[in-house]
Amino acid sequence: AALNDALRSQVSAALKEGRVTPTELCQRCLALIKSTKFLNAYITVAEETALKQAEESEERYKRGQPLGILDGIPVAVKDNFNTAGIETTCASNMLKGYISPYNATVVQKLLDHGAVLLGKTNLDEFAMGSGSTDGVFGPVRNPWSYSKQYKEKCVPKSHSEEEESDWVITGGSSGGSAAAVSSFTCFAALGSDTGGSTRNPAAHCGVVGLKPTYGLISRHGLIPLVNSMDVPGILTRCVDDAAVLLGSLAGHDPKDSTTIQDDFKPFELPNLTDVSKLSIGIPKEYNAPGLSSEILALWSKAADLFKNAGAKVVEVSLPHTRHSIVCYHVLCTAEVASNMARFDGLEYGHRSDTKDSTESMYAATRREGFNDVVRGRILSGNYFLLKQNYEKYFVKAQKVRRLIANDFVKVFRSGVDVLLTPTTLSDAAPYTEFIQEDNRTRSAQDDILTQAANMAGLPAINVPTALSERGLPVGLQFIGRSFQEKQLLTVAKWFEKQVQFPVMQLEEVRRHDSGVFQHQKSASFS
Amino acid sequence: QKVSVEVLDHLEHLALVDFRDSEGVERLQKAIQFADQLHEVNTDGVEPMDSVLEDRWCLYLREDDVTEGNCTKELLENAREKVEEYFVAPPGNIPLPKLEERDTFLQGS
Repeated sequence: AALNDALRSQVSAALKEGRVTPTELCQRCLALIKSTKFLNAYITVAEETALKQAEESEERYKRGQPLGILDGIPVAVKDNFNTAGIETTCASNMLKGYISPYNATVVQKLLDHGAVLLGKTNLDEFAMGSGSTDGVFGPVRNPWSYSKQYKEKCVPKSHSEEEESDWVITGGSSGGSAAAVSSFTCFAALGSDTGGSTRNPAAHCGVVGLKPTYGLISRHGLIPLVNSMDVPGILTRCVDDAAVLLGSLAGHDPKDSTTIQDDFKPFELPNLTDVSKLSIGIPKEYNAPGLSSEILALWSKAADLFKNAGAKVVEVSLPHTRHSIVCYHVLCTAEVASNMARFDGLEYGHRSDTKDSTESMYAATRREGFNDVVRGRILSGNYFLLKQNYEKYFVKAQKVRRLIANDFVKVFRSGVDVLLTPTTLSDAAPYTEFIQEDNRTRSAQDDILTQAANMAGLPAINVPTALSERGLPVGLQFIGRSFQEKQLLTVAKWFEKQVQFPVMQLEEVRRHDSGVFQHQKSASFS
Repeated sequence: QKVSVEVLDHLEHLALVDFRDSEGVERLQKAIQFADQLHEVNTDGVEPMDSVLEDRWCLYLREDDVTEGNCTKELLENAREKVEEYFVAPPGNIPLPKLEERDTFLQGS
């Protein structure tokens, strides 16, 4: 088995048949993490515990009693999920050194299914950002920056500068998880998605990024940003694998009262051959200002793909789309102001040495612990929540949220099954270019296509579609009906099969670790 | 319309977070300007939406039974200052110093 294999269709079988052992798999992934350290995708690598988990998995396979498809599979988790005994930092000084006393429900579920937890991945501080550039451990580099495909298209600068200044961002805020999956160091990773934080880096890193319906997967143990929009996100290299992860994670959790009580039945995705009964909606407002002509063309090509295969493709309208980013901005900062109030230095995390009074200690702790972005959002949020502003901003935003959610309801009611939109406005920007604008501006620009799905709580998925002219991944987004993940993923899988997104040819790694890639296919899996 | 120093000071008190410099204040000004676009939308007769799951009766009550706990040791582990089973805080009921007496960027404004 190779590290770039698909989980469900290849690795799982290899493990079962003994062609590879969980320990071998784990060791190879750990070695690859070491040799790709320059990507800065991981904050913590839990080498000892991972090897122990791998050994336990191996025992189970020997006895012929694996826990399921995920048994022995190396995975990574974004560093805003609590992991017992492992540092959880949210890429912030506020939580440096914080060792979680418990596992987030989704982490526990992964472990219960036998997955091997390799480590915690890098992100924007407290998941605020769209570049994975604003954490205290530094930015994450997009593995595609080091791919043959990108380097071929790169205009060569002076040789010594070339690698250092040309690298592109992963997108964010789950950039570490996306980079980890994209660079083959794990088979799946958890991210979080509040405004697009799983789908955005998935698009830039050429991986599948699934945002499930709000209420489907437990948020218990996910350090919250916006309680009414946050969801755990799933990052994998193919849609089938996303379905496997979803199957092990979804379902009611008594510890998260915002999870629905309906029974969730894990599913396998059918191989759709006949799309004639499908109705695909193309929301015209998603041709947003700033959308690159390249992506616009790709989107159009995708719509034609469906049409030519017999599906019904209709233009639809989500009239409040242009207000959604502003609405999100207000609701997000307001909820953040509330959620960040727990960080006061008393029970966990950073604590300032100031001893004069409780308030001055809290103020100093928060002054020292939070970066500009986090402090900025807290202050904005507090402004919108002031008595004199509450109706004008917060309640107003809640009303606009209903209008946005209703737009989707109307469209789905009219017979559309799935919406097809771009995920990002362009391919990944070079880091030096990206940091020239501040975090809030960037987030406002980059979240535009993804965050309405969070406002409405709908499931959405990024499917890697093609390489841009610069040799970088571009993805397209499908948005589905509430709790209709099976339909959404079935359509996504069909589309994935049609586009045959190329495998990344990672140059740097091949020099260091030639044993890793046993075969390079230019077609996708299965 | 610029935010007054009184409001900025009030926000620093409420949030227990500082603006740090003029950039911080600018950031707030821009955030408000951005948010003001909300007023273009007609929301007459529209109810505010708290949760996308409002139709599903998600928030339920359960029996008041203790189902977990006894983890004092684990919970105290991450605290820097503790005494026996208490988290230790500096003296309370002392408000943050007023603007004139506080070491804050806003003092100069």
